[in-house]
Amino acid sequence: MKPPATRTGFDVAVIGGGLVGSALSFGLARAGQRVVLLDEGDAAVRASRANFALVWVQSKGLGLPEYAGWTIRSSNAWGEFAALLKSETGLDVGFERPGGFHLALSEAELERRALQLKRLHNQPGIVTYETEIVDRKRLELSLSGLGRDVVGGSFCPLDGHCNSLRLHHALHTALFNRGVRYLASHKVEDIAYNAGEFALRTGQRELRAGKIVIAAGNASMQLAPLVGLVAPMKPNRGQIIVTERVQPFLRHPIVTLRQTDEGTIMIGDSQLDGIDPDEVTMPIISVMAARAIRMFPILARLNVVRTWSGIRVMTHDGFPIYDQSETCPGAFLVCCHSGVTLAANHAFTLASMISRGRLDADSVGVFSARRFDVR
Amino acid sequence: MSNALKTRYDVAVIGAGPAGLAAAAVTARAGLETIVLDENPSPGGQVYRAVTTSPLHATKVLGDDYRRGLDLVRELERSGAQLVSATTVWSVSRELEVGISRHGRAQLLSARRIVLATGALERPFPIPGWTLPGVMTVGAAQTLLKSSGLVPQGSVVLAGLGPLLWLYAAQLLNAGASINAILETTPRRNLLSAVPYAPAFLLSPYFSKGLALLARVRRRVRILPGATRIAAVGDSQIQAVRFVARGREIRLPVDNLLLHQGVAPNVNLAMSIGVEHRWDALQLCWRPIADEFGRTSIPGIAVAGDGAGICGAWAAEQRGRLAGLRIVNDLAGGRVAEAPSEQSLRQSLRRWQIGRGFLDRLYQPAAQFRVPEDDAVIVCRCEEVTAGQVRHAVRIGCEGPNQLKSFLRCGMGPCQGRLCGLTVTELMAAERRVAPQAVGYYRLRPPVKPITLAELASLPRSDAAESAVVRE
Amino acid sequence: MFARLAAVDETSVSLRIDGEPIEARPGDTVAAALLAAGFQHCRTSAVSGALRAPYCMMGVCFDCLVNIDGVGNRQSCLVPVREGMKVELQRGKRAPVA
Repeated sequence: MKPPATRTGFDVAVIGGGLVGSALSFGLARAGQRVVLLDEGDAAVRASRANFALVWVQSKGLGLPEYAGWTIRSSNAWGEFAALLKSETGLDVGFERPGGFHLALSEAELERRALQLKRLHNQPGIVTYETEIVDRKRLELSLSGLGRDVVGGSFCPLDGHCNSLRLHHALHTALFNRGVRYLASHKVEDIAYNAGEFALRTGQRELRAGKIVIAAGNASMQLAPLVGLVAPMKPNRGQIIVTERVQPFLRHPIVTLRQTDEGTIMIGDSQLDGIDPDEVTMPIISVMAARAIRMFPILARLNVVRTWSGIRVMTHDGFPIYDQSETCPGAFLVCCHSGVTLAANHAFTLASMISRGRLDADSVGVFSARRFDVR
Repeated sequence: MSNALKTRYDVAVIGAGPAGLAAAAVTARAGLETIVLDENPSPGGQVYRAVTTSPLHATKVLGDDYRRGLDLVRELERSGAQLVSATTVWSVSRELEVGISRHGRAQLLSARRIVLATGALERPFPIPGWTLPGVMTVGAAQTLLKSSGLVPQGSVVLAGLGPLLWLYAAQLLNAGASINAILETTPRRNLLSAVPYAPAFLLSPYFSKGLALLARVRRRVRILPGATRIAAVGDSQIQAVRFVARGREIRLPVDNLLLHQGVAPNVNLAMSIGVEHRWDALQLCWRPIADEFGRTSIPGIAVAGDGAGICGAWAAEQRGRLAGLRIVNDLAGGRVAEAPSEQSLRQSLRRWQIGRGFLDRLYQPAAQFRVPEDDAVIVCRCEEVTAGQVRHAVRIGCEGPNQLKSFLRCGMGPCQGRLCGLTVTELMAAERRVAPQAVGYYRLRPPVKPITLAELASLPRSDAAESAVVRE
Repeated sequence: MFARLAAVDETSVSLRIDGEPIEARPGDTVAAALLAAGFQHCRTSAVSGALRAPYCMMGVCFDCLVNIDGVGNRQSCLVPVREGMKVELQRGKRAPVA
């Protein structure tokens, strides 16, 4: 049943202006919905800020095989997504899918990786896709300047990356062009549901919408219960090292190391519990730096111009939560770690479902937070 | 000076300008193990740059005030503090751990107290063409004079306002070089707001010196007051400067255009530690929130000198001493030989502050040179982002400098906002019609100066760190 | 261009900038030597290829980047000249060499 048109004219209020919220808003606007996107201010934590820009397939789905299929779907749609943004905004988000690697710095690491892949692909219901363990010789065909310690790795031709800053810029430009109302510094403090309509209270004003989407990253944990949903989150902290620009030498993204299209090298992937986004811990930076140099010795003399510490949006099991409320029909919840990889699905598939008022149980039912219920 | 570095000190002073030299001398004399870390090859900071090595120290070119730097260096040498030059400080943590880089090697050391005396840098001067070869700051030209005895050739034009502009002009004339013109950008209304503070300024020692200097320069150089719409013109290097003065559009051929419109605290290290700052609406810059001893919002970290707020070389010394005395009080108790009392320092500083009010108002840079009107002007030199691009980002919803980084890479270059930050804050504030305090500043993190990946890799690690990275 | 004042010591440090033999004064920074030798610019930008020259001479602007003895992106205003030094203008991005 269609909710009544609201006085303020918003069909959907999306809470959270990061990559998830803005990709959803884009899709909703394309579906003809009148959208308001509510965001926090400039000093907010913003997990999206610290993303690694990977559009990544390999390793996804150990523990929930459907996630692999969902991921591949998004990876396959990403080219179209990028082309759409380019035609609407003129901005090229730099999407490339040359295939990506994990690198192992010891035989033990390689064995663990092989085992992990085997477990992943042996799961009943897993969609088959190409991922292989490769030896050093095979690596050398694609990667130049490998360090001595690299013994092998894994490769998946579906892995890619983009320029996530331009993605962010392109999405916001597209939203602006499509008349999506973007309200920064509007942190949502309360949500009320009444007669098929949602009233959102922020510090600055009250807004009404026929539907809402909570896409607020880790903060979804506080907002979800307001509409009868749960979002069990376990944020962790990751750090990223960024170097100065270098002439292109690394075309393929490595899961913890990539060269951006600007030439800078990004080194990432550590994991610490805790949510202080401003703390960069030196010992961790040191380990990351040492591993990166072992992978590509030419990195040693590059200048590090910046380090980031970012909070990962992480659900309890690491898989997305896509949910719709039963007590407050029209309230949706979208939380996931891989906001870049899944951006295409969010803009196309999920937005389409939400605009029609219902998540399709067959495609995304498995991602409901009900899976966390203790039976 | 001993070359071997310890890993623990009582006091680490960062910066060997007047504030750092004075602070360290005080703490070292009191018996506290003190180290001074400075990036430059020799001490003196910027105002006393190359004071121990200048080829001009025997001449009259640089003026008498410059020699004060030598006294401060000698005082430091006598105090027993350890001075380490050519050493970059790339991080300081809340736990008072200092990351340094020396001879291409990174090290960590810790201290019980830290004094940030990182001084000031020249305000950005974003005009069309300011990135062209042949355009540099007045301070840069002065460094070339002090450190290497070099003077600009051909048609030399200075543009802007502030005491340094006049000082350098006088030094150039002393050296026998010539200046084609000085384009003075002091807005007329500044005089009105400054006049109430004139009496206090008249009583200060800087007044008579400053006046004589100004008069000497004005006698010998063509001054074009109230210059607006200044632009550097050229393709591979500057060829001319265009501007409006006395209602006329003028174009002068130029070989060297030297820009200066005051200085602002160099806040990068302090901000990266998390020291709270606030926007100073008079000096139009960010400054750390600190008490009169320089103590900041982070226990154990003090700021002194221009880095705490622009105050000039004399006040920087006194504030350095005050910071040092407070530290001695905390850590060692008792009096320090040869040091003035805290009370007399505070009194003379307070008198100086009032006189400073005149200069701050007279030399407040004009809005058009802080927030470029021309959209094509480059705001972020490192990433080549223009004012127009920043304005557009604000229009599509970007509210602050941190979001701006994600939109445009503005502020993500190696200078980490040192040359664009003030412009960006004010530009976004103007576009959004809010106060600069509401817009905020870039969130900064270490390394505040570039160090190599290998240097980072050589720092001590831990099992916890290993398992946080290599997890399966 | 910049010229040396007559009152200043003789230059006595020999180095090369883009292959050209240059004389500098002990204590000069590489940036000062470069400007004294008549070089108008020291690099082409890695972003757009625009020509850049030293701007602040105090290590905060990062415009004075050059390649010194094989290591790129060195801030020339912070490095004192040394006998036999080989300086190359920084052309765009650093090359990935070991």
